[in-house]
Amino acid sequence: MKERKKFLDINPKIWGPIFSLVVIIVIMGIIDPGFIQIEFKDGRLYGSLIDILVRATPTAIIALGMAVVIGTKGIDLSVGSVVAICGAVAAVLIVETQLPFFMVVIVSVLVGGGIGFLNGIMVSFIGIQPIIATLILMVSGRGIAQLVTGGRAVSFDSTAMDIIGSGALLAIPVRLWIMTALVLCTVLLLRKTALGLFLESVGANAKASRLLGIEARMLKVIAYIFSGMCAAVAGMILIADVSTAEINRLGLWLELDAILAVVLAGASLNGGRIYLGLTIIGALIIQTLTTIIFSSGVPVEYNLIVKACIILAVLLIQSETTKNYVSQLRTKSLENRHAE
Amino acid sequence: MNISNLTKLIKIAVGTTVIALSSAASMAELTIGFAQTGSESGWRTAFTNATKAEAEARGYNFKFSDGQGKQENQIKAIRSFIAQGVDGIVLAPLVTTGWDKVLKEAQRAKIPVVLVDRGLDSDPSLYVTSVGSDFTQEGAMIAAWLAVETEGTCDIVELQGAVGADAAIKRQTGFANVIENFSGMKIIASQTGSWSATGGKEVMESFLKSIGGENICAVWAHNDNMAIGAAQAIKEAGLKPSEDILIGSVDAIAEIFKTMADGETNVTLELSPYQGAAAFDALEAHLAGKDVPKRITVPGGLFYPETAAEEWAKRK
Repeated sequence: MKERKKFLDINPKIWGPIFSLVVIIVIMGIIDPGFIQIEFKDGRLYGSLIDILVRATPTAIIALGMAVVIGTKGIDLSVGSVVAICGAVAAVLIVETQLPFFMVVIVSVLVGGGIGFLNGIMVSFIGIQPIIATLILMVSGRGIAQLVTGGRAVSFDSTAMDIIGSGALLAIPVRLWIMTALVLCTVLLLRKTALGLFLESVGANAKASRLLGIEARMLKVIAYIFSGMCAAVAGMILIADVSTAEINRLGLWLELDAILAVVLAGASLNGGRIYLGLTIIGALIIQTLTTIIFSSGVPVEYNLIVKACIILAVLLIQSETTKNYVSQLRTKSLENRHAE
Repeated sequence: MNISNLTKLIKIAVGTTVIALSSAASMAELTIGFAQTGSESGWRTAFTNATKAEAEARGYNFKFSDGQGKQENQIKAIRSFIAQGVDGIVLAPLVTTGWDKVLKEAQRAKIPVVLVDRGLDSDPSLYVTSVGSDFTQEGAMIAAWLAVETEGTCDIVELQGAVGADAAIKRQTGFANVIENFSGMKIIASQTGSWSATGGKEVMESFLKSIGGENICAVWAHNDNMAIGAAQAIKEAGLKPSEDILIGSVDAIAEIFKTMADGETNVTLELSPYQGAAAFDALEAHLAGKDVPKRITVPGGLFYPETAAEEWAKRK
């Protein structure tokens, strides 16, 4: 018991989000055992937990980019709109041109990266506050997406997209492989090179890092480009889901879920820290709540209220202040016991 | 299902507000102006064509104006109709506000105006009547279809539109009003799919797991997009949409006909493009000095898989 406590104390930040996720799933599993059942059906895993993983993928991928941007003390509100633009571009390319699929992917990711580049330039070289710079595209992006598709939803027939949308490899949905690959690449890039450290130092103290010879401005631009590319990948996964780019809804409010995932991972919006794996856990927590609400029969009017309450609880569990308060209480009760 | 239920059902489905006004055949050739919103969708074009054909059949001198999605164009068209001294104006208002001035001008010129498709926020004395479909009736018609199809016994899951949207609330109410006449029909789960295919798919996935596909008899989706998403979720759960689980929705968007032709949904409802006839009836009755109700409802039409392939070819 004592040993476990010590273990938890060593790295409370890491255990907070994982603990919250496990608690939510265990509670749900007790209420409804069917929730944690996983079957093998038609060559793929099938169950609510798999749904959660599958549905969380786009948010998780966007949150990955968001984590990097927030790490540099920035924020990217435009990702939801970038999802819509890149989804629209991919759908139109599939329908209107004969481009091979990998070219569609490349063009779409380049569009996302290009938008990220513009955001980065505005933030880093022109000096516009990140929240404002990216708000511009958040507001106008959906309009751009509508221009791309001519204002209507574009449906397409594409085997490659079907595979991304609902295919499985070794019984595991393809999009989970995509997410895993992306996360691994990012972790390698950030943690096995100095890049991650540089990005974090820019977020912690941009001036000091510049004095140390780190090209802070270019690094910020890179962070936004990465975020835009992540949004592009998420956009393609989302349109693959139902073989339609519904631009009016595509990626709507996803930026907020992504920011929430980063915060649930324990990162501060003041920058300086990038938690990649935990951000994925954060995205999973959000999706778990959504799926629970859908299957629990809560009247729709309460959807968001229930979600907000649980997220507040999770954040309270993870907050330093709560922890200090609890440990103070514990010390006091120990002192009382000693006094007795 | 007994006969009285069926009669009740048909009454609800057809609606009580549909009126049959006798057209005044003896009337001299009428000049009628129609200010259409534009041609933004396939449905809108069908609506325009149906109205033109109806006017031709009645031998009107018909003046048509395409507003190209701009209110000022529609206002200009009405002014020019007034200047030409037409006998009546049919208006499909693009937006609900900003019509008072031009409607007053028409009133001063003693030219009756009939609204089609959508209503507007003006003093009702400025127009003769408002012709259109209504959301409550749309819900009722899908419920009626389902009641007949399942002989009044069915556990239904509902995919609602955006929370609080007028169309969602009314479609839900209309559907509920009909199924409460059947003890064997009930909604066992209801969630919002926020009008989108992705939303419909995600919610349906969770219903299939929490309720079990074998316990769901039908999906009632407040729009076609969510029905398309639900059909995919059902397929991925290893069941056959439209057979194992029936699917009914509203809107008649082009894509639903493809899905239906593939045998994945059962029915959709189209807003009637034949509102022109009711509008002309109302104008003629008004000109003949008869009283016309302020609101005339035109029921939409149901579409089934039998004609889906044909409709898809027409609309894509």
